[in-house]
Amino acid sequence: MTDADDRLSAPLVLEYPFTRTTGPVIGAFMTGLREGIICGARRADGSVLVPPSEYDPETAEPLTELVEVAQTGEVVTWTWVDPPRQQSPWDRPHALALIRLDGADTPFLHGVLVSSADQMSTGMRVEASWRDDREGHIRDIAGFVPERVS
Amino acid sequence: MSEISIPESLRDLEPVQSIRTPIRMEYTYTPGVAAQAYLKSFADKKILGGVSPVDGAVFVPPRGVDPRHGVATTDYVELAHTGHVGSYCVTKVPIPGRDDLTLPYISAWIFLDGANIGFLSLVGDIDPADCRIGLRVEAVWKDDDELGKTAENIRWWRPTGEPDVPFERAGVRSWQDGGPRA
Repeated sequence: MTDADDRLSAPLVLEYPFTRTTGPVIGAFMTGLREGIICGARRADGSVLVPPSEYDPETAEPLTELVEVAQTGEVVTWTWVDPPRQQSPWDRPHALALIRLDGADTPFLHGVLVSSADQMSTGMRVEASWRDDREGHIRDIAGFVPERVS
Repeated sequence: MSEISIPESLRDLEPVQSIRTPIRMEYTYTPGVAAQAYLKSFADKKILGGVSPVDGAVFVPPRGVDPRHGVATTDYVELAHTGHVGSYCVTKVPIPGRDDLTLPYISAWIFLDGANIGFLSLVGDIDPADCRIGLRVEAVWKDDDELGKTAENIRWWRPTGEPDVPFERAGVRSWQDGGPRA
């Protein structure tokens, strides 16, 4: 009974403006971002999780020691995003990468801001690039860029 | 909670205690056959329900199925523009994204005469303190030149002044075991 030409459709936007409380562990990570440092949680065996979790993923023990890690690290794996989706934090092509920071034992996801996939490689060294106006949010890190060799 | 130790550089600073994590999804909604018929009929100020082939129960808005029996509903019936309030809620706090609603407003499950289930709409032209279960209401339509293929053609439902539907028979209270019966 419905002609394809005559079919109704309409935009539908579903939006939840959540604000989430962080607790002391994630809160410390976010506070660190605001202050321009990156924190991880040290486990009983001395390894460091970045970003930190409140509980040990294997033993479920509370993790209570937050330590600062370096702002440099290496790309463990990556993918090239072109074009970025509409709600991406980045408006130009970029890599999404798992980055293991120096001093951390786990990699975390962030963008690598280079102009083409040719500049990406697994194992490449990168460093954090910070925003000037930071509020305590993962986007306080504008992205990662190839490490400057000093 | 165990005591958390944090790096020296973060001590004595105001800690971050919350983060904004908005979620937004954008769809293109394409109604199915039954909802297409329902929405298009609104342009002619008609409210369609789907009729169960099993026992004649009427579902509005029509979804194309009788979910009690797992069968398709292919017949439609035009419903009256009158009904009653099955249940309702008076909202006094604003909802993000609904600046069009003036506080306080009443949202209600409207049970149309001849329908076996209710649908969500607004009740207006009444003090919220006077709204009640069983209140008889009628549709307040937009002006003819504002009509579209949308349920928004009905601005809200206003009291008719008729005697209330008794509480015991209002809304889903009239259902017998197993859901609505025709």
